[in-house]
Amino acid sequence: MSAEKHSEHHESGGEHLPAEATGFFRKYILTYDHKVIGKQYLFTAFFFLLVGGGLAMLIRWQMAYPNQPVPVIGELMKGRFVFTPDGSIAPEGFIQLTTMHGTLMIFFVIIPILVGAFGNFLIPLHVGARDVAFPFLNALSYWLYLPAALIIFASFFVPQGPAAAGWTSYSPLSNLSGATPGSGWGQTLWLMAIFLLGFSSILGGLNFLVTIVKLRAPGLTWGRLPLVTWSQTVTAVFQLLATPVLASATCLLLADKLIGSTFFLPAHVHLADTDMSPTGGGAVLLWQHIFWFYSHPAVYILVLPGMGIASDLISTFARKPIFGYRAMVWSMVGIMGLGFIVWGHHMFVSGMNPVMGMTFMTATMLIALPSGVKVFNWLGTLWGANIRFAPPMLHALSFVSMFIIGGLSGLFMAATPVDIHIHDTYYIVAHFHYVVFGGTLFAIFGGLIFWFPKMFGRMMNEFWSKVHWAITFVAFNCVFFPMHILGEGGHMRRIATPTEYEWLQPLQPINVFISHSAFVLGAAQLIFLANFFYSMFWGKKAEGNPWQSNTLEWTQPSPIPYYNYDKIPVVHHGPYEYSLEHANGRGDWLPQNEPVAGNGSSGHGSK
Amino acid sequence: MAEALAVHAPTHGAEDAHRAKLAMWLFLASEVMFFSGFIAAYIVLRNATPAGQNNPFNIENRHLSVPLATVNTMALILSSFTMALAVAAGQRGDKAKTSMYLICTILLGTLFLGIKGVEYGTKFSHHIFPSTNVFYGCYFVLTGFHGLHVLIGVLALFILAVGNERAVLRDMHSGGNTPMANPCAIECTGLYWHLVDIVWIFLFPLLYLL
Repeated sequence: MSAEKHSEHHESGGEHLPAEATGFFRKYILTYDHKVIGKQYLFTAFFFLLVGGGLAMLIRWQMAYPNQPVPVIGELMKGRFVFTPDGSIAPEGFIQLTTMHGTLMIFFVIIPILVGAFGNFLIPLHVGARDVAFPFLNALSYWLYLPAALIIFASFFVPQGPAAAGWTSYSPLSNLSGATPGSGWGQTLWLMAIFLLGFSSILGGLNFLVTIVKLRAPGLTWGRLPLVTWSQTVTAVFQLLATPVLASATCLLLADKLIGSTFFLPAHVHLADTDMSPTGGGAVLLWQHIFWFYSHPAVYILVLPGMGIASDLISTFARKPIFGYRAMVWSMVGIMGLGFIVWGHHMFVSGMNPVMGMTFMTATMLIALPSGVKVFNWLGTLWGANIRFAPPMLHALSFVSMFIIGGLSGLFMAATPVDIHIHDTYYIVAHFHYVVFGGTLFAIFGGLIFWFPKMFGRMMNEFWSKVHWAITFVAFNCVFFPMHILGEGGHMRRIATPTEYEWLQPLQPINVFISHSAFVLGAAQLIFLANFFYSMFWGKKAEGNPWQSNTLEWTQPSPIPYYNYDKIPVVHHGPYEYSLEHANGRGDWLPQNEPVAGNGSSGHGSK
Repeated sequence: MAEALAVHAPTHGAEDAHRAKLAMWLFLASEVMFFSGFIAAYIVLRNATPAGQNNPFNIENRHLSVPLATVNTMALILSSFTMALAVAAGQRGDKAKTSMYLICTILLGTLFLGIKGVEYGTKFSHHIFPSTNVFYGCYFVLTGFHGLHVLIGVLALFILAVGNERAVLRDMHSGGNTPMANPCAIECTGLYWHLVDIVWIFLFPLLYLL
């Protein structure tokens, strides 16, 4: 391949192709290619998906068979990590399991896949650029994520084990090193890892925003951007503005732990007989406010890119334009604006001023409106459509239906009087697993199968994709729907031994059913991973546009060449021109870089 | 119409400069949020502390040197002025003036850090630490992170000044017209420096005066 002399600068005519990296190290390890960086994030996140999933299996064992030795693993790990000498899970170890399961899944799996993998891989392709605005910064973002991941992994192996104060890390449990095993080094390492990860996030958000604002191909106006890219834009704003507040929270808590300040310790907090804060002056609620100021936008980071992926998958496989493109964009912007002012709904029972409770309740209920608009628009897209039930579509449809359930349960907890009863119960656990697993993770599966040809030049096996989807969908609902019932019955979160509470004993058969379903659910994910890795090397070779989709990346061969586009494309319309007759004689789709036949220019698509 | 939209791409320099400036403005927005977390903590904790003789937030209990901090404030404000002059000189292509103003800014920034060091030193020698009480916890964290940002700014300015001065010296010795330090880099560093100054304008009254 005759590449031009090395040049990092994009030119509209496409004459200056950058030189291809040579050698395994430059191509796959120390790379500046956004596509390879995206895969680096993906594979690292897959590792943590396995670890986090394994922790969930241990949690479910304990809930179904409290204090009974764990098969196989209990034998191997007797007396080590969270296990007692007889191989069962210790109560103080149990909260380490729940803490690390949540931490790993949120920070080291879902966000890296949505933003690090999909964002990196797709944004330059969708805006018609050769790479992001700052490729070096992009690589740096990954090389900040990896040490953070290593630090959090190392926290499993320090004396007394990893952090135990919940992924929410409330003070004083997280603050006082002797409070519980894991509150010492485990918690300190947790805080350092999260701080580093925050850096990675902020730089990534900055990079993506500059890319989308400045590097769009000629003709690609804001009104012609795919919804995947719009969702990444809104997510990048959250990352840029909310993550620094998490950074300041972790710095303050680290200061408390390492240099003896008392930001989050009121006066005279005692551990056994020792006064740990003689001067005090801090406030426990302060941690909660600063933490949730970031962590509520974080949950929108967890869901918005999935919404964008679902929109594009549904449009492609329903062969219809997305219903209400402008409303989809404005609803995402609305979610972004409202998302900054609702954090207090995590604190309704914390003892904060009830007037603030009312304020946050109102704002939270308002957020249901743009979310509802999006749901109706997905349904509107499907209405009257000739649906192709390919595996990505099965996952996208699961996203919509599971998100509806998760969103509805969210309305219940938005109402403060109701939340007083269901806060810190399994009702909440059901809600967020429905939106993050039932929503985002299904969107991730669908997106990975959909863009697999572009990433690896091959197709994932269709039969096993459908098998994985079917088992996951059924098992997922068997695991998480009954949790609504547990929560209503008063089953608290993060308790190690449900059977020691009298009012929970009648509910225990539900716990057993959930756990058995969870074991099936966990095992089924191995089917996806096997399919993924097998297909990478031996899958059916893919053509350029196997799904007949409109966005710019499908105009290129599979896998995408390292330079993305030999000529920077000129965009004529939005990406949702489907089911057209006589569209350039090709069938029922019209790529963005082709004008409508007969017209010199396009009148289709938004402005 | 599409052809008209296929704009002739601007020169590489101008295009890069636009991206760099946008990136710096976005980064500054994230820095504002970062310091907002700390400032919000200070305000909340101060309001939550009951009034009384032993309130660590009382002016008389704070033992801070307002005169020293005033000198620091003047130094930073003046440094923002010299920074703006350096940016203007850079855009004019005036190598010598760019060096001069960059160096002035560095000196003023270093003066700020020196005075801060003296302040911290006197505190430590009087056994006043972040753990002493909640006011000092806030004081050390707020001024500590601010000081770290000043230090990073001074280092960035130092790198720019060295690069620019090399160009000046090369011209002096062998004539010719060596390219000076990148004016866009000077401008972006200038934006960062102004933010560091603005943060101090908030911290000074908050910690020392009010």
